[in-house]
Amino acid sequence: MEYFLELSSSGLVRGSIYALIALGYTMVYGIIQLINFAHGEIYMIGAFVALIVSGVLTIYGFSGVSILILAGLIAVIYAAAYGYTLEKIAYRPLRNAPRLSPLISAIGMSLFLQNYVLLAQTPDFLRFPALIPDFEFMEPIAHIMGSPELVILVTSAVSRVGLTVLIKYTRIGKAMRATQQDMTMARLVGVNVDNVISMTFIIGSVLAAIGGVLVGSYIGQINFYIGFMAGVKAFTAAVLGGIGNIPGAVLGALVLGLTEAYAAGYISSAYEDVFAFGVLVLILILRPSGLLGKAVKQKV
Amino acid sequence: MLELRNVDTYYGNIQALKSISIDINEGEIVTLIGANGAGKSTTLMTICGVTPPRNGEIYFMGTPIHKMATDKIVAMGLVQVPEGRRIFPGMSVLENLEMGTFLRRDKSEIQKDIDYAFDLFPILAQRRSQLGGTLSGGEQQMLAISRALMARPRVLLLDEPSLGLAPLIIKQIFEIIKKINQEQKTTVFLVEQNANQALKLADRGYVMENGRITLTDTAENLLDNEQVKEAYLGL
Repeated sequence: MEYFLELSSSGLVRGSIYALIALGYTMVYGIIQLINFAHGEIYMIGAFVALIVSGVLTIYGFSGVSILILAGLIAVIYAAAYGYTLEKIAYRPLRNAPRLSPLISAIGMSLFLQNYVLLAQTPDFLRFPALIPDFEFMEPIAHIMGSPELVILVTSAVSRVGLTVLIKYTRIGKAMRATQQDMTMARLVGVNVDNVISMTFIIGSVLAAIGGVLVGSYIGQINFYIGFMAGVKAFTAAVLGGIGNIPGAVLGALVLGLTEAYAAGYISSAYEDVFAFGVLVLILILRPSGLLGKAVKQKV
Repeated sequence: MLELRNVDTYYGNIQALKSISIDINEGEIVTLIGANGAGKSTTLMTICGVTPPRNGEIYFMGTPIHKMATDKIVAMGLVQVPEGRRIFPGMSVLENLEMGTFLRRDKSEIQKDIDYAFDLFPILAQRRSQLGGTLSGGEQQMLAISRALMARPRVLLLDEPSLGLAPLIIKQIFEIIKKINQEQKTTVFLVEQNANQALKLADRGYVMENGRITLTDTAENLLDNEQVKEAYLGL
């Protein structure tokens, strides 16, 4: 039973990270039907910025939580700038091009950003400091769930709630929903669709960077390539839940994270990816539009 | 008030509008009639900057708008009810109305306008929390007109509001258009295939064929015009 709880906790942690990245995929897809393959790289860049900033802050005598928060903030700002710029230079000029063109551009940007970090930093793994403090109150259950796990679960949940509130109640959130449902009509009620698209990339990048910082601190090492696998997994989660559907991305991510954890714990960690993608294949056979991917019924 | 001068619009290499010129004065109801594919909807989308013209000029209250972005044009008071209604399917009736107020800042006035819309179309008040995609065609058309009114338009551009609706509903919608024109002093530019009804409502009309304006006159004269009678009124 304890082993099961331990696996569940680790599965939820993975799922929470996948969810942060998957939201960016699904939001962008929902609005411009583009799979932003460079999204995993934004997550990786977020982790690198946090690593560099935390190094600098350590030299200046900051410690623990203050580093985590400051490094996280700066990483988020950087990632937002990268996400915004990415859309502006790689996708916006192709807005009216055939759908394959921005997809190729996305793959190109993914390769470019990976290699840019490889050249600018290093091909080796870098040690990432453990920035998340140990809480005393977690001591009794630390063998099942420690402080870093708790922080990841809570941060991810708070981010998701924040996103939901933003989309449901704010002006930009309403504009995003309108653009997703009917882009031309959104323009006709006065929505500046270009701004909405930029904002979507910024929000997705912020969430991915939060994930990057948390993972860096949790795993303890990063390199230029971590964005690729995380991106593939998060994309899988988004498709699993129904691409374009926001609650779906979160559900898909949690299902994926738990599947991996149970497969690794009960069978073999060598097979966790087999099970992760196996679940994807299974769900796509049974529910081709994903777990929650369902078009709103519409009368004509 | 709204003036199109020799406007050409293209879709790729295909020319949809061929040097069309239209004048609409303040307070008028002007109609544009023509067959399917004549370029009527394109005319409205060109005015709104969704398919901007390649050549020619469009002036709204003296300001050139043919190079403006759609949201800026809407902000000036040119508001369209597009063909097929285009209700946001995943938003409630109330949220659809609120989207119509997207560019407005006067929060206190908005509630008044929502009440006015519910007064015009009481059925919408009943359905306020229902998703837009689940409304009937007639209800969607009422919602589409109401959503446009939420923006307090100076010129209301209507694209085939009668399309696919029962005759009784069409009559109701046309009466409301007349009412909006009289009560709110809103200028109306009405695109219609239903030429008979449209000309009875309008002050003046334009006839469009294959992307060109072929005829323009007062609505009364057009109703008596032999050519129009034969081609559009089925007489």
